[in-house]
Amino acid sequence: MRYLTDRKRAVGKGSAHSGAEHHWHMIVSAVALAFMVPTFLFIFGNALGSGYEAALATFQKPFVAILTGLVLVVGLQHFQKGARIMLEDYTSGSARKLLIMLVIGLCWALTAAGLFALAKIAL
Amino acid sequence: MVQLTLPKNSKIRTGKTWPKPEGATNVRAFKIYRWNPDDGENPRVDTYFLDMDKCGPMVLDALIKIKNEIDPTLTFRRSCREGICGSCAMNIDGINTLACIYGLDEVKGDVKIYPLPHMPVVKDLIPDLTHFYAQHASIMPWLETKTNRPQKEWRQSIEDRKKLDGLYECVMCASCSTACPSYWWNSDRYLGPAALLHAYRWIIDSRDEATGERLDNLEDPFKLYRCHTIMNCAKTCPKGLNPAKAIAEIKRMMLNRHV
Repeated sequence: MRYLTDRKRAVGKGSAHSGAEHHWHMIVSAVALAFMVPTFLFIFGNALGSGYEAALATFQKPFVAILTGLVLVVGLQHFQKGARIMLEDYTSGSARKLLIMLVIGLCWALTAAGLFALAKIAL
Repeated sequence: MVQLTLPKNSKIRTGKTWPKPEGATNVRAFKIYRWNPDDGENPRVDTYFLDMDKCGPMVLDALIKIKNEIDPTLTFRRSCREGICGSCAMNIDGINTLACIYGLDEVKGDVKIYPLPHMPVVKDLIPDLTHFYAQHASIMPWLETKTNRPQKEWRQSIEDRKKLDGLYECVMCASCSTACPSYWWNSDRYLGPAALLHAYRWIIDSRDEATGERLDNLEDPFKLYRCHTIMNCAKTCPKGLNPAKAIAEIKRMMLNRHV
């Protein structure tokens, strides 16, 4: 039992003065992905049935390599920020903080692994 | 945080079935949530039968008839009977609405009536709205001015007054907030559609001089940005308002401060 007033409970710790930046990043990355993902899928789909050497040659082209890198970085950053919102909805307390850290770590690890693989193919 | 199951003492069991009215041909069943904090029992759903030839057209008419003629212990809030006070908000046939303006002809089959979802229940159909009202108070629902002139009435153009339409009509019935999954899961920090609609009503009031302060107070991942545009609020609002649009406008104003 805590003898807090209703108003104190409602106000809590006050405003964090953040959130707009996150919202803006989600909008920008969503718009970027709306163009990049269909283009990437079109190129990836074409390369899919063309054999190993031809697929490597496709991803060695500067435009395709840069696009793939951007899809990886922007896509995983978008995923990370979206997953954070989901975790904030569904979890609480220390579990929330731990899971957010895990998602951030996972996204950066996937980005690094993807960029490394891309560099090995493209360079 | 999300809760997928009810606590043990909130699980609903089948309640009492009251006798049908004698000699009636047009009978309808009402299944109503009952819970009394004093008896220590779990909530139950009682079944009442009403002769529809002797009942008014609205759900509130039926509730009043049940209370007057069948079971005087049935507890619910009501006042104006015309959708202005917001007292009789409850969940009718799965929809949060006002019992006084919701017609019985809009419900197919048995009429199922529960209190507003995911709120603490005081008794039967009465939710505890203490936190909801405190959240409303926290957004400063009044005209905030810094200058002391003019010392008579503060004028507003017709165009600026029109911006308040679709906002000032909110009767704070809590139907929207209690229909919002984000509010169910994070109501301790998320202000909910009703409070945010009111916040926007004061933000865009041309006479208010605390716009920046109001936006500062709302810029928070939980207070404002828990809204995921689910739109349950707009769908359920018994006054036909659109809190989701008001929230989107606040988010747009936040962005305009940054970009």
